[in-house]
Amino acid sequence: MAIKLPIYMDYHATTPVDPRVVEAMMPYFTEKFGNAASRNHPFGWEAEEAVETARKQVADLIGANAKEIVFTSGATESDNLAIKGVAEMYREKGNHIITCVTEHKAVIDTCKRLEKEGFRVTYLPVQKDGRISLDELRAAITDKTILISIMAANNEIGVIQPIAEIGAMAKEKGILFHTDAVQIVGKVPFNVNELGVHMASLSAHKLYGPKGVGALYVRRRNPRVLLAPIIDGGGHERGMRSGTLNVPSIVGFGKAAELCRQEMPVERERLRGLRDYLNDKLHRQLDEIYINGSMEHRLPHNLNISFAYVEGESLLMGINDVAVSSGSACTSASLEPSYVLKALGAGDDLAHSSIRFGLGRWTTKEEVDYVADKLTSVVSRLRDMSPLYELAKEGVDLSTMQWQTEGH
Amino acid sequence: MAYSNKVIDHYENPRNVGSLPKDDVNVGTGLVGAPECGDVMKLQVKVNPATGIIDDAKFKTFGCGSAIASSSLATEWLKGKTVDEALAIKNTDIVTELSLPPVKIHCSVLAEDAIKAAIADYKKKQAAEGKTAERVAQPTA
Repeated sequence: MAIKLPIYMDYHATTPVDPRVVEAMMPYFTEKFGNAASRNHPFGWEAEEAVETARKQVADLIGANAKEIVFTSGATESDNLAIKGVAEMYREKGNHIITCVTEHKAVIDTCKRLEKEGFRVTYLPVQKDGRISLDELRAAITDKTILISIMAANNEIGVIQPIAEIGAMAKEKGILFHTDAVQIVGKVPFNVNELGVHMASLSAHKLYGPKGVGALYVRRRNPRVLLAPIIDGGGHERGMRSGTLNVPSIVGFGKAAELCRQEMPVERERLRGLRDYLNDKLHRQLDEIYINGSMEHRLPHNLNISFAYVEGESLLMGINDVAVSSGSACTSASLEPSYVLKALGAGDDLAHSSIRFGLGRWTTKEEVDYVADKLTSVVSRLRDMSPLYELAKEGVDLSTMQWQTEGH
Repeated sequence: MAYSNKVIDHYENPRNVGSLPKDDVNVGTGLVGAPECGDVMKLQVKVNPATGIIDDAKFKTFGCGSAIASSSLATEWLKGKTVDEALAIKNTDIVTELSLPPVKIHCSVLAEDAIKAAIADYKKKQAAEGKTAERVAQPTA
């Protein structure tokens, strides 16, 4: 069977909208266009009913109550709302926040802003496998700590943090626990009650819904979480997020959540099989390749591999009919490799040599075969022209070499 | 990142990839950059002792497509030049030829550094060789 190029294998960045989701959304642009806040005519009622159906669908995916779902413009807003909202509301209780170095920028940069406003933030390191140490978390907690924000699964390496254990510790210490759950929700089971999560950020476009819509789960009982809004206005979403609801997108988010919940048991095993097949095949065909992060605690559709002695951007250029991401940010003036991979303690050279594979709903075995074979041929070609590979093959230890680095 | 056609051509068909014998007194080797910066270039020139002209040049590069193209182009330009002419190659010439965007200018700088390092290595070897030759020559004089 001929495969269609280019191949999309970057499902952590975004996902296509499932056609069933588009179908569900369509009526809400034209005939059912009402404002969900219009209380006195049927146009408003049917829009509100559609929003409440979606709210229930999203809540069901994470084991929450529908009333605990606050719709937002996306997970960046959800992260901002959770962290800034808690910071403002609980400021009298304390000014200390704990997060982690491999968080998404929406969390890290929000925390950095709060630092300028007088908050103290602890950025926990990660271990070699990409997970935080629970002992270090416990040691970081003070009587001023009001919030722990640790992501459920990392967007680059797919590593899953010990969320249930963090939830238990937060409960024991009486601290609120927020998790950026964007990458995990809809892919593997994630239940806010079993995990002891107080707030969770979700995004529709990572689970085959539309872009521009997300949600923040905000616990209502044990404990009831109060948030100061970051957007003021008409008092929508229980006062936590004003602004006319994006009804078509919310309907799409709900439908996408429902489909993920129904198809998850089969889909996650299918993707795990394909991911393991890709990993095995690459390891069979190439030497000196290294997996970044824990394989045990990892999303089933993620693989992140460093191809030693080959630079990431040149690798992407060679596989230009395959859409994946590189940990090398050579396009920026700073030449900074991925901060997530650096945090794992991988050398910068390996961080520059990494590829993130994100498999998804439309990934086929034929595509995986094509990608593995293409990578093998490009990596081999680039190693033939790599001075590092040549030196390593001569037995030179690259880590002890003196490199001329000034000015670069 | 959109690459110019010339960068793509050098990336897909790199000229003069390989290595010259680095112990040869007529070969100069430059190794510049660092793995943690995402670019390492090895550039070698072989100078014809009779004519003083560079008659072979080879490179190996770990780096992005623009770094590969910059070093590939440099080896093309080096062939047929004298050592002094080679030192006159400027990174801006490479930027212009390959239409490198501002974020890739460092690739051309690295290529110029590699040329200078290779020529410096060649000159150092020649100077050392000259002294040895003198010492060998003296007793018979």
